[in-house]
Amino acid sequence: MAFIVAIVLLVAASLLLHWLSPWWLTPIASNWSAIDDTINITLWVTGFVFIAVNLFMAYAVFRYRFNKNRRSRYEPENKKLELWLTGFTTVGIVAMLAPGLFVWAEFVSVPEEAHQVEVVGQQWQWSYRYPGEDGLLGAADAVYISPDNPFGINPDDPNGQDDVLVTSQEMHLPVDKPVKLLLRSKDVLHDYSVAQFRVKMDMVPGSVSYLWFTPTSTGSYDILCEELCGIGHHIMRGRVVVAGEDDYQNWLTAQPTFADTQSAIGGDPLAGQAHFAICASCHGSQGEGNQALNAPRLAGQAGWYIKRQLAYYRDGIRGVHEDDVYGRQMAPMAATLTNDQAINDVIAYIETLPKTKAETTVSGDIAKGKAIYEPTCGICHAPGGHGVWSVNAPVLVGMSDWYLVRQLENYRAGIRGNHLGDEFGFQMRSMVSALKEADAINDVVAYINTLPEAAPDEQASVTTGGAQ
Amino acid sequence: MTHIAIADQPAEMHHPHSFVTKYIWSQDHKVIAIQYGATAISVGLIALVLSGLMRLQLGFPDTFSFIDPSDYYQYVTMHGMIMVIYLLTALFLGGFGNYLIPLQIGARDMVFPFLNMLSYWFYLLSVLILLASFFVGGGPTGAGWTLYPPQAILRGTPGADMGIVLMLVSLAVFIIAFTMGGLNYVTTILQARTRGMTLMRMPLSVWGIFVATVLGLFAFPALFVSAVMMAFDKLLGTSFFMPAVVSIGETLDYSGGSPVLFQHLFWFFGHPEVYIVALPAFGLVSDVLSTHARKNIFGYRMMVWAIVAIGGLSFIVWAHHMYVSGMNPYFGFFFAFTTLIIAVPTALKVYNWVLTLWQGNIRLTVPMLFAMGFIFTFVHGGLTGIFLGNVTVDLPLSDTYFVVAHFHMVMGVSPVMVLFAAIYHWFPKITGRMFNVTLGKIHFWATFLGTYAIYLPMHYLGFLGVPRRYYAIGNTDFIPDSATALNANITIAAIFVGVVQLIFIVNILWSLFKGKPAGGNPWDATSLEWQTPETPPGHGNWGPRLPTVYRWAYEYSVPGAKQDFVPQNVPPEDVEMEPGAGPYREHTV
Repeated sequence: MAFIVAIVLLVAASLLLHWLSPWWLTPIASNWSAIDDTINITLWVTGFVFIAVNLFMAYAVFRYRFNKNRRSRYEPENKKLELWLTGFTTVGIVAMLAPGLFVWAEFVSVPEEAHQVEVVGQQWQWSYRYPGEDGLLGAADAVYISPDNPFGINPDDPNGQDDVLVTSQEMHLPVDKPVKLLLRSKDVLHDYSVAQFRVKMDMVPGSVSYLWFTPTSTGSYDILCEELCGIGHHIMRGRVVVAGEDDYQNWLTAQPTFADTQSAIGGDPLAGQAHFAICASCHGSQGEGNQALNAPRLAGQAGWYIKRQLAYYRDGIRGVHEDDVYGRQMAPMAATLTNDQAINDVIAYIETLPKTKAETTVSGDIAKGKAIYEPTCGICHAPGGHGVWSVNAPVLVGMSDWYLVRQLENYRAGIRGNHLGDEFGFQMRSMVSALKEADAINDVVAYINTLPEAAPDEQASVTTGGAQ
Repeated sequence: MTHIAIADQPAEMHHPHSFVTKYIWSQDHKVIAIQYGATAISVGLIALVLSGLMRLQLGFPDTFSFIDPSDYYQYVTMHGMIMVIYLLTALFLGGFGNYLIPLQIGARDMVFPFLNMLSYWFYLLSVLILLASFFVGGGPTGAGWTLYPPQAILRGTPGADMGIVLMLVSLAVFIIAFTMGGLNYVTTILQARTRGMTLMRMPLSVWGIFVATVLGLFAFPALFVSAVMMAFDKLLGTSFFMPAVVSIGETLDYSGGSPVLFQHLFWFFGHPEVYIVALPAFGLVSDVLSTHARKNIFGYRMMVWAIVAIGGLSFIVWAHHMYVSGMNPYFGFFFAFTTLIIAVPTALKVYNWVLTLWQGNIRLTVPMLFAMGFIFTFVHGGLTGIFLGNVTVDLPLSDTYFVVAHFHMVMGVSPVMVLFAAIYHWFPKITGRMFNVTLGKIHFWATFLGTYAIYLPMHYLGFLGVPRRYYAIGNTDFIPDSATALNANITIAAIFVGVVQLIFIVNILWSLFKGKPAGGNPWDATSLEWQTPETPPGHGNWGPRLPTVYRWAYEYSVPGAKQDFVPQNVPPEDVEMEPGAGPYREHTV
């Protein structure tokens, strides 16, 4: 008896959950409402079968429960009934399959007027490429990828020079215009997925896949990677902003072209030296850092990283949290570097400074630290702690250890990496969740202290024209 | 039929005498079955613990300091691979296949007993290699159970050094073990059936195991070659699956390979694998349902042809796992079509199971509860499969929790319900003792209701678009806080279901030594294994003479017969009839 009640209740509970739960398809923001229709058709047909079969079973168990004075009916088969059931099932299947195939036919035929945008995936970041005035994307290949050419655009292809490159995690699209996204990956499988658009597709290294849709509502939506791509899979987040045509064009014209990025002016160490005087007052004349003034070592740090942090301080992305006492001191200092040229110059100067390992001030359990560092931190920051340009992971080895501790604490407390504009800091915030125990930070930094500082040519690329 | 003449002379048999030859290096299919079963359940318990750890992280993402992202992905991978291959495949085929085939077809043993023994020891070796990967530098692979390259062999994935290599080697050894066992099962079924046991008189258990084994023999080679090719890519620098890539800032020396090729090979194995697990489950559950409903299985011939049709179709649906893989999207039309066709024979099996209950005389025994629980969970999991098999509907749901919920209902919970049904059903025959019924019922209710509490709401996370294989969901615009709370509740349900399995273990171990003696045929069943002269069956199974079979395995509640079951091996003239009922007449299939 309990079984019959249970089956009836489970069927009822399933229906109630369906109608009462707050969880259902995220409101749609693309042309693919037909996909939602196919889901609903499938739900109705399968829902009917689910209810019918289970209630039939419950009734049969009730009606034909064991009775020692009764015999089962001896009926090996019933061809007529079986044929009816086959026919009925086939009709149900056709009712679900046919609409699905019609919608799929639309999905595989991209409208001719669709404009093209390339999405490039890599561990664990997004970047985007828009065709320039010629409307064509230049050829690209993994062999051309370098710190100066992270998209791997063939420098000899004239179509590529005016390509607009977006290395931020945010892409923009004009509303109500069909778009064909060309999907490419530099390393492993990824998957471009926006819940509100309904469509998704894997990105496969070595080939270009595609999908298309028409964004129908302005707004900003999460892009998630939905194909397992390594330990940072869950922090590979992007954003797509759907805007009116004018806003979109304004945004697009503000982005650099491939040619712009190739001709970007390098830094002048001599000019940088003058700017560095103000830095030296805290960070030391050799950029060696000064713990008493809470100024970390700069010499030996990757140029692209210092460049981005200076820009963050300047633009109010870093050094604004009320608990970030020392960051708030840095922000006005960074503001003295009034333009990109000044930043490039000062970085060029820092690169000339001697690389002397910072003094060890932190101690901890090295073995424990190693156990945390190797499978987690070491993936991006490299096993030797030398940093990796392509994943925007700065140098750790030889840098001021007390500073590493403070930054890890800041990440953990949400003081750093919390700003929406800090596109890589949020990843770090997620990764420090692996450092939940009180001593874990000291242990990891103590382990980093044991790593040998590399020869300069083995270090992370220190060119100013680095990844970001 | 000469082998039967030989098989009728037990004097030729060499009975083992020492403990080692009887229980360790045993060539008796029943001992090998128990070895397979015990090993599979043990390794399955490890995978169960891994799933608990995974759920702890998902339900309470900021609480458990010992689970970092690489640990999490290693748990995901090992849980999936162990459950699918080393538990389900091994337990259904190595366990129940070994135990039931000779007993249900009336043979003394498998036709190649030595090979059968080797099969188990290779299986054990593959398990040990797999578990060894927990102890090597970098730990086991965290590439997901699908092991997709390039990431499976690149630095950004946990265990990309030794972990993945051990996984591939373990799979290769497992496949060798399976092949030795599989050839044995097929040959035994085709060649060693006793007198009168025509193919269309075989119990559906044997049919399910038979077709599943044939599927395995065709499908596993695809996994074998892809494992070898990936090992070459990893160790020798070939580029079967590896295009030119820049991995974490480093330009690697690969070029021209195709990651999608691996997916085709993997799923050419992987989809039949679903049925390698499902078909034996279909067969076993049919026998349990029929026995405890005291009614013949409804539409036996249809059931057999459905098993064969599903088995055949399962080879032309594989790319429905790859609708969003970046393969040519035009393939979607073909694979959606074939996939939804397979729903027809599958639906017929479900109809026939519930029609078997209709007008039956249903005994709500523990195995019967699990078997009917299977119908409920399988209907649920099968129907959600129609969402994912239909290419358009799959687009928003692919790679979300809907997929996780679907395959756990259809490939996790459902086969496990059958495994429990089958273990409780055949336990009296295997051990000669009855299990504790109260504990069995508690185990059923907790497992049945608990798993539904885990997986039903999980589908709705999928409708929302919550992606699977995320260490932590973190902040998004579209996933509400209520979804996080739901995740915590799912975790509580999952831990509950995991702990409840201890009741099963306790019941089995306790009943093994202290259970009431069960007698030879406690369920009044018709098939041959219940008619053995000894329980548990002795070496050679049948005493001096093999049984002769006169009818199909579902002769329940024959009108006029005194008992409500007529065993397969009772001659028609010996069937006792009620006074005035007239002579017994064969049912002919």
